[in-house]
Amino acid sequence: MLVLEKNQISAEIEDLAGYYGGNRTALLPLLQFIQKKYNHISDFAQQEIARVLDIHPVEVYAVISFYSFLHSEPKGRNIVRLCRTIVCDMAGKEKVEKAVERELGIKFGETTHDGRITLEFTNCLGMCDQGPAMIVNERVYTKLDPEKACKILSEVK
Amino acid sequence: MEKNKSRVPISQQPYQIDPKKGNGEIGGTVTVEINGKPVQVPFGTTILDACREANVYVPTLCHHPDLFMGGHCRLCLVEVEGFRTLQASCAFPITNPLKINTTTNDVRKARRHVMDLLLSEHHGDCYACVRNNNCELQTLAKEMGVDTFNFGHTKESRFEIDNSSFSLLRDMDKCILCRRCVRTCIDLQEVGVLEAIGKGYDTHISTFMEKPLADVICINCGQCINRCPTGALRANDPSDEIWKAIEDPTKHVVIQTAPSPRAGIGEEFGLEAGTSLTGNLNTALRRIGFNKVFDTNFTADLTIMEEGTELLTRLKKALVDKDKEVALPQFTSCSPGWVKYIEHFYPEYLDHLSSAKSPQQMFGTIIKTFYAEEAGIDPANIVSVALMPCSAKKFECNRPEMNSSGYKDVDYGLTTRELAMMIKESGIYLPDEEKSHFDDPFGEASGAGLIFGATGGVMEAALRTAYELITGRQVPFENLRIEATRGFEGIKQASVKLEGCVPDWSFLEGVDLKFIVAHGTANAKKVMEMLKAGELKDVHFVEIMACPGGCLGGGGMPIPTTTEIRKKRAQAIYAEDESLPVRKSHENPFIDVFYKKFIPEGPCSHKSHKLLHTHYTKRGKYIV
Amino acid sequence: MHNEVINTIHQGGILFGNYSPGDAIKKALSIGRENILFELRESKLKGRGGAGFPTSTKWMLTAAAQSDEKFIVCNADEGEPGTFKDRVILTEYPWLVFDGMVIGGFTVGAKKGIVYLRGEYVYMLEQLNNYLDKMRKEGLLGKNIGGKAGFDFDIEIMLGSGAYVCGEETALIESLEGHRGEPRNRPPYPVNTGFNGKPTSVNNVETLAAVPHIVINGGTFYSTHGTSASTGSKLFSVSGDCERPGVYELSWGISIHELLEIVGAKDPKAVQVGGASGICIPKTQFNRKLAYEDVATGGSIMIFNESRDMLHVLKNFMEFFVEESCGQCTPCRVGNTKLLEGVEMIESGEYTFMYLNKLKELGKTMQLASKCGLGQSSPNPFLSILENFKEEIFQSNGNGVKHGKK
Ligand SMILES: Cc1cc2nc3c(=O)[nH]c(=O)nc-3n(C[C@H](O)[C@H](O)[C@H](O)COP(=O)(O)O)c2cc1C
Ligand code: SF4
Ligand code: SF4
Ligand code: SF4
Ligand code: SF4
Ligand code: FES
Repeated sequence: MLVLEKNQISAEIEDLAGYYGGNRTALLPLLQFIQKKYNHISDFAQQEIARVLDIHPVEVYAVISFYSFLHSEPKGRNIVRLCRTIVCDMAGKEKVEKAVERELGIKFGETTHDGRITLEFTNCLGMCDQGPAMIVNERVYTKLDPEKACKILSEVK
Repeated sequence: MEKNKSRVPISQQPYQIDPKKGNGEIGGTVTVEINGKPVQVPFGTTILDACREANVYVPTLCHHPDLFMGGHCRLCLVEVEGFRTLQASCAFPITNPLKINTTTNDVRKARRHVMDLLLSEHHGDCYACVRNNNCELQTLAKEMGVDTFNFGHTKESRFEIDNSSFSLLRDMDKCILCRRCVRTCIDLQEVGVLEAIGKGYDTHISTFMEKPLADVICINCGQCINRCPTGALRANDPSDEIWKAIEDPTKHVVIQTAPSPRAGIGEEFGLEAGTSLTGNLNTALRRIGFNKVFDTNFTADLTIMEEGTELLTRLKKALVDKDKEVALPQFTSCSPGWVKYIEHFYPEYLDHLSSAKSPQQMFGTIIKTFYAEEAGIDPANIVSVALMPCSAKKFECNRPEMNSSGYKDVDYGLTTRELAMMIKESGIYLPDEEKSHFDDPFGEASGAGLIFGATGGVMEAALRTAYELITGRQVPFENLRIEATRGFEGIKQASVKLEGCVPDWSFLEGVDLKFIVAHGTANAKKVMEMLKAGELKDVHFVEIMACPGGCLGGGGMPIPTTTEIRKKRAQAIYAEDESLPVRKSHENPFIDVFYKKFIPEGPCSHKSHKLLHTHYTKRGKYIV
Repeated sequence: MHNEVINTIHQGGILFGNYSPGDAIKKALSIGRENILFELRESKLKGRGGAGFPTSTKWMLTAAAQSDEKFIVCNADEGEPGTFKDRVILTEYPWLVFDGMVIGGFTVGAKKGIVYLRGEYVYMLEQLNNYLDKMRKEGLLGKNIGGKAGFDFDIEIMLGSGAYVCGEETALIESLEGHRGEPRNRPPYPVNTGFNGKPTSVNNVETLAAVPHIVINGGTFYSTHGTSASTGSKLFSVSGDCERPGVYELSWGISIHELLEIVGAKDPKAVQVGGASGICIPKTQFNRKLAYEDVATGGSIMIFNESRDMLHVLKNFMEFFVEESCGQCTPCRVGNTKLLEGVEMIESGEYTFMYLNKLKELGKTMQLASKCGLGQSSPNPFLSILENFKEEIFQSNGNGVKHGKK
């Protein structure tokens, strides 16, 4: 990582922590911010957060590892989360799954070679009345079918 | 908002009664009924403690008296009237009258189910395990009459053993996720190496980014080992190499023994805690095949001379030369866990640390230099073993700078537990051994060196010598007991007034010699924060031991450990001190001889610096 | 909004009935704490998050706790499979929830309200924040709310990050404090020792949304709906094999059969009530009533028709729990994997009834021995599906390889 980028991350962390009172309460918002901006939470960022909040790095890592939307290793630029819970499953999740895998040439749990897309499963998205559903980054897509899903994925940058 | 300092939510910290108010206050006690029998307990007592009060046995696994509440394992379940579910007795504070039943069918069945589940995931064979016969999981399985694995017993290993550290070995296949190590490392020691990682079935105990232990900030204190109920955490055992050296006729194998192991090793042979076995141990060590048995207390006395002289030099610089730069208070440096702690967490204060080596390392140097010379042995053929209560000593002897003798000063750090195993392997029942003395030329040491084993001991030893050197009189305490340094309070602060100083030290006339004693790195952290805040300006000397209770609570001492056990070990040490003829370091005749013969220029001289002092590394907190 | 979530609301009369934003706050301020609590008690409103604890009692306890600081937390973590009513309330009627929180803050003496919104619902964050800003502008949030001197209250939205267990109230508080979302030991309860150790009332979105109506129309009005033990209306999140999935506001006490009629279920053979942690009701029991006194539920209704493979359904649920258990206590962490292994054994035909019976016993223990509601309820589908659908699951001469109609 470049020194410049490191300095920037440190400054951002200090700012945001300050906004939440430098308290450990700031941890999740901080992690969500870094995750969103840098696509993952590097071990440098984790240690900076630990320093600013005066907790141990392992505690930060433990928190990251607990929440399925946070991760410490780089993933694709876009994260696609397809709902695997029973109602979406009954509504045709498997067909969507197979089609998307075929289209991108990767399996769920993997990232495309160009780092564009990571495919993941997720538990109930709360869209059971309009499944199958998936989230691409923060955006929700419902009533998917194989063709629609592939089209959506072809459009993400 | 105030910083939320403790990781543990307030609700999970033990409820504490204001001691001034006492339990007699109205509402200060609650009466509960346990299996039909009423018991009165202080408000906030856990059901578990109430049961113990009532002599009702409840099995526990994740609970440990030194730690915050767990409530993870669910073995201590009991039935509480009015609750639909069973309650974990270790984590249920009593605040109103309750009816508790510990023996219903549901309770028994649930406990057995929990046990079955733990065993189904537990990848380990008791025959091939350090904790065989001293394992809480094994004991509980026996108590519950487990004769079959109801839900299987995994044959598949899920984790690789982490043996990267000189001191510790982690075998997570044996881990039952009681999280005692987490609570030890984060809450009790405040080092923060281990945490629960992952969620659900993937949950496991690991380090920052799953790095090997050697690459993260572990101070090797081994406190987590002492509290682990299973064989998942253990010390890195060098006994195989030691056995090999003993068998090798070309090797001259010497062992130095620290004070605490003598007070604790009896526990490994089923004796009551606090049974001192010094003489027996000497004989046993010779029978095992060690060529010489030396007393680390000799170098403890030497440490007092060096560290004490260093302190006086600093004081002189500060008071006479008005040198603003001199770092005061001076901190002790005999605890390698503490040394590593300060190197990581407070590297900017390393100049406060006494440069004197720890007794173990001083002895190591002496053995491979003066002793080798005296005895006419090639130091290359000497294998130097240190029997220590401590797992951090294993790391310490492997520090690259610890080779003043031209060789690795100490070859192996051996813990009390490991030596007990070696003794058992040799077919020796330690308590039945005859007593014998230590080997010359270092002979017996003073009681001052002995009490190094308990928190406050170094301070007490230092004061006994310093006060006498400065004033020409013995410390003004009955039987040389400096009570202010004794006891298990986390941080002790006191002072001694220096009056009637001898001419050499007249500049100290009227000075109130202030000192602090702290044990456990959580307390060390508090002291360092005080230092940082400028609150220690008038303090002169600080003793810090990384382990709660001092060395006698060290990470290499027999398991289990509790405050009770540590107290008993301390009593044994203090009692032995009082039984010794010499109880001040400077009065140890061997010390005098040693200096005259080998370092005639005296403590803190050039030669002594070369051999008996060391330097430290600014490690910092950043983990790469 | 840049998402394509369609909120379908069917029926509705009480919660989704007439209400003009802010009214209840003003009324609450004028009638005072005691009267609010009185109306709440009269309404017999019970928590809609699943546990069904009387809301008036929760608020009373929080109000009675001595502290300089208190909190109202809105539990919008809605992670229970098959539940999406909170999503609909928050996007269509956010004012009900926020007004409810302000009233709660006033009643218990809290100055701060926190909405714990599940990470999956981040798409509605902007809209919700805009609405909060609007309330601030209108003097319904901030200092001296509604002109009442000294009544300061504000609401902040915090996001979850994809952990179902954070819906459990103490895990939610841990998460807010920046920890792993692991449920705490109880007692002490959040009403005494909650967020940052201060008294905290955690309430479900739907519970809070009912409060403004109760304040405006009175508790007696509310309690005339539903049954005597389950008053008022309930939102049901209906999904699965039916013609009209969506959110339904219905009176408590409605039978499953009636509900299936309303939603246009085709050929139903089973209904999972209460989400993955609920129970599975077979056709023969469709006359049972949805109410705290019969089949209690947080509102999730998943309908399975004759073509569905119930073992597959069960497996899906058990996989969910193995993944979403927080992993802190033994019965849940290991127990759920054992139950899942059991399901897999049936699937592959390599099971014995003796072992399955052991697993059922284990399930009962998990209900008693687990630390929090997740582990206490995760064996529910295992026990109820294996019991209610044993013919289907074990049909083919006991080797179980074939199950369900394909
Ligand atoms: C595993 C688990 C998940 C839960 N998830 C939610 C949830 O998503 N939303 C919710 O309101 N309550 C949830 N609850 C219930 C809460 O613990 C709590 O009872 C509820 O928020 C209290 O609010 P109420 O009294 O308004 O129902 C969950 C409980 C458990 C055990
Ligand atoms: S940890 Fe205990 S139960 Fe496990 S193998 Fe070792 S002695 Fe046996
Ligand atoms: S040895 Fe000490 S510092 Fe290292 S993991 Fe164990 S308790 Fe933590
Ligand atoms: S390593 Fe030992 S102390 Fe730590 S959780 Fe595992 S069994 Fe418990
Ligand atoms: S029951 Fe499950 S979710 Fe709840 S505390 Fe135990 S492991 Fe965690
Ligand atoms: S000893 Fe009480 S839950 Fe583990």
